[in-house]
Amino acid sequence: MEFKPRIIAFLCNWCSYTGADLAGTSRMEYRENVRVIRVMCSGRVEPSFVLKAFASGADGVLICGCHPGDCHYQEGNYRCLRRFTLLQKYIIQMGIESERLKLEWISASEGKQFAELVNSFTETITELGPCSIREKTKILL
Amino acid sequence: METNRQKLKMAVYWAASCGGCCVSVLDVHEKLFDVVAAADLLFWPIALDTKYRDVEEMPDNHLDLTLFNGAIRNSENEHLAKLLRKKSKILVAYGSCAHLGGIPGLANFTSKEEIFKRVYHESESTINPEKTLPSPVCEVKEGTITIPEFYDDVRSLSQVTDVDYFIPGCPPQTERLVEVFTAIVTGAELPPKGSVVGAGTRTQCDECIREKTENKQIKKFYRPWEIADDGITCFLEQGVICMGPATRSGCGYRCIKGNAPCRGCYGPPAGVPDPGAKMMSAVAGIIDEKEPGEISKVVADIADPAGLFYRFSLPVSLIRKKVS
Repeated sequence: MEFKPRIIAFLCNWCSYTGADLAGTSRMEYRENVRVIRVMCSGRVEPSFVLKAFASGADGVLICGCHPGDCHYQEGNYRCLRRFTLLQKYIIQMGIESERLKLEWISASEGKQFAELVNSFTETITELGPCSIREKTKILL
Repeated sequence: METNRQKLKMAVYWAASCGGCCVSVLDVHEKLFDVVAAADLLFWPIALDTKYRDVEEMPDNHLDLTLFNGAIRNSENEHLAKLLRKKSKILVAYGSCAHLGGIPGLANFTSKEEIFKRVYHESESTINPEKTLPSPVCEVKEGTITIPEFYDDVRSLSQVTDVDYFIPGCPPQTERLVEVFTAIVTGAELPPKGSVVGAGTRTQCDECIREKTENKQIKKFYRPWEIADDGITCFLEQGVICMGPATRSGCGYRCIKGNAPCRGCYGPPAGVPDPGAKMMSAVAGIIDEKEPGEISKVVADIADPAGLFYRFSLPVSLIRKKVS
């Protein structure tokens, strides 16, 4: 059976979600593998959100926020970047490929960039294959 | 004077543990006489000459209270966990290992195969030319001998059987145990099943006496030995990672009073499913850099995030073992 990656995307309300919306209203076509979760700010994305996604069977996690300097809450995207950097180091230690977690800045006018990002990320995850975390961390009774 | 009253039937068991939890029970010191006056200790391998068969022969629900310490590493641990569950009215996961997996749970960073290879083939003090490995069943001239099966990963007690209460700590503070014990003996109303008892609900930081400001901004993290602690300022504000923000209160912040940062043995506070993720959130949040390169440099100061943030809680965390 063909592998269809499950990708969870956390999009900030002010830039990236609006950007994704623009891609939709402009009728751009992009891969259907991404499940979008809207958050108020990329700074709202706690590391546990990402880990929960992986533990629940996501093959890849995408976080998108406003470009540096453009955050609706001044500094939320910087906090996201710091957490992302630390989280990357942690997931590598746990044996998860770092390519499975990606952070990108998408502004409200970048619908095209969002569509391209989803396509290229889906491509990366398809090449990596399914993520085995849910299987491997199962509690055997 | 208590002779008329039914004495509490109690057991203390150790699974994959260091023995420190059993010692913390003994640390009630002279209060041990009060314990013995109120309870009959029917099974306690570290202190009494009792056999597993004694437990097997008990009727179900015979024991009023069992303090189970240690993680589940092998089939013997699992067998006793399930056996004591059947024989006990109240089963308490006592200490970090039974509660969260604890230090033995760090073995989930590796596998049974890798552990056996290191211990029985590679370790400097081992001579094993035939590459013998322990096997649960072994035929010898005299007959068949069996040993417990070593599992591929470590589990906490509640991942194996139903648990009534959790008393956290490595080891739990003896005063907290006495409080819980007294509550049970005096017949006080017990909290709902599944509660963490003998601890607070908030974080260490809520109780800590060190001087804190709201403005934590860190450009470099230090290992505790790299910096002269002033003994007054919040560890995090000095750049030393302290697990306080993601750790349950109740221990009396003893490590911090001893000028050592909190290591997180009391586990997550109420409502936090994954203490390590919470701690990563807190630590990354105080990094005072904006450029990706500079942030990476600060993060590089944290040599082993997984081991540091999940020191006591790896088996119960979201990614509970290394995926190889």
